[in-house]
Amino acid sequence: MDGSGIPGAGMVSVATDVRAVVASVVDPEIPVLTIEDLGILRDVAETQDGVTVTITPTYSGCPAMRQIEADIAAALRRAGFSDFEIIVQQSPAWTTDWMGEEARRKLAEFGIAPPTDEVVCPRCQADHPRLVARFGSTACKALMVCSSCGEPFDHFKQY
Amino acid sequence: MIASGPQGMAAKALSPEIAELVSYGDDNLVLAQRLGEWISNAPELEIDIALGNIALDHLGVARALYTYAGEVEGEGRTEDDFAMRRTEREFRNVLLVEQPNGDFAHTIVRQFFFDVYSQILWSGLADGDDNTGAGIAGRAVKEAAYHFEFSSSWLIRLGDGTEESHRRAQAAVDALWRFTAEIASDEWLARVSSVFETAGLAIPDDPYQRVGGRDGYHTEHLGFLLAEMQWMDRAYPGLEW
Ligand SMILES: [Zn+2]
Repeated sequence: MDGSGIPGAGMVSVATDVRAVVASVVDPEIPVLTIEDLGILRDVAETQDGVTVTITPTYSGCPAMRQIEADIAAALRRAGFSDFEIIVQQSPAWTTDWMGEEARRKLAEFGIAPPTDEVVCPRCQADHPRLVARFGSTACKALMVCSSCGEPFDHFKQY
Repeated sequence: MIASGPQGMAAKALSPEIAELVSYGDDNLVLAQRLGEWISNAPELEIDIALGNIALDHLGVARALYTYAGEVEGEGRTEDDFAMRRTEREFRNVLLVEQPNGDFAHTIVRQFFFDVYSQILWSGLADGDDNTGAGIAGRAVKEAAYHFEFSSSWLIRLGDGTEESHRRAQAAVDALWRFTAEIASDEWLARVSSVFETAGLAIPDDPYQRVGGRDGYHTEHLGFLLAEMQWMDRAYPGLEW
C-alpha cells in the first residue's frame, strides 16, 4: 500500500508495475518486438493469490510459445513475484490485426516487412516484391525478393 | 470390445465430445509425423522447409486439441498421455493421414485431400459455441488455407506438368482415392474437382473405399508409425527434457 488513503490506489500502482514487467518480455525469434507489440499478451491481473498472466498462442506451429512462457516466468521471478499463473487462452484466436502501428514500424526497421496484403520492401519501399518461398525461416515468415533493389527479405505473414 | 493397453490398463471409453477432439488431434499428429519423415529428404530445400513448417502446424493443432481434451475430461491426462500412451486401436485418425509418404506426388495428393477437408472442418467449428474449440479452429482454418495454397499449386504443377509428373500425380490419386470416404462431403468433392480440372487429373472409376479409422480400425501402416513415434516414451516412461 502506498498510504495515499485512496482505496485500491496501492493495488493499481503495483498492478501497473507487474504489467510493465510482463510486457517487456521480447519474442525469442524477433527480439525487437515485445509480446505486447505482437498482441500475445492479453491480460495481467493481480489478486491476493498472486499474478495471473493471460497469453494467446500465435501460429499453431510456433515453437517459441513454450519459450515465451518460460521468459515470462523468469521476468516475474526477477522482479520479485513468486506467486503467479500463466494462462494460455485459445479464444479469441490470435490475429496479426492485433499488432499496432508502433510494432509494424519496429518490424520494418528490423528488415522484416510487416503483415499486410500490399507488401513493400523494408529497405527501399518498392512494391510488388516476388515471393520466393511461402515457408521461410520461422513459422511466421515468408521469403521475398525486392523487384527494385534485388535484396531478399522476410515478410511477416498476415494471419 | 475394449482393447487392452500395454500395461494391462483398459482403454478409456471417451465421451462423444472428447472423442471428437481427440480424433481431430490424431489426424493432425499422425500427419505431422508423416511429414516429418521428409525433413532432409525433400526434392529441394524450399520444399523441405515447407513440409517441416506444415508438420509443425499440424503438431501444434494436435497439442492444443489434446490439452483441451484433457481439461474437458478433468482426469489430469496431458497431451503426452494422448499422443504417446495410447495404442493403435485407440487412435481415431482417418486412414488417409497414416498412408506412407510414397513419392512427392503421393505426399502432395494426401496433403491436398486433407487440406480441403481441414478448411471445411475448421471453418465450421470456428463459428461454434465452444469458445476454446472455436479459438483452436480459428487459427487452424487460416493455416489450412495456407497449406492448401501450397498443396493445390503443387498438384496443378505436377498434374499439368511433364508426362512423367502427370503420370505420377494420377497414380497417387488412384492409390489414395480409396481413403477419401472418411473426409468427403459434397463441398469437399466440389473443391477437389475444381482443382483436378485445372490440373488435368481424373477421379478414378473404382468405387472401392476403405473406412474404419474413426472406429480405431487402421491400415497396417499406423502401427509402424506409432512404434517409431512412441518408443522413447514407452522405453522410459514419464521421460521429460
Ligand atoms: Zn528494395
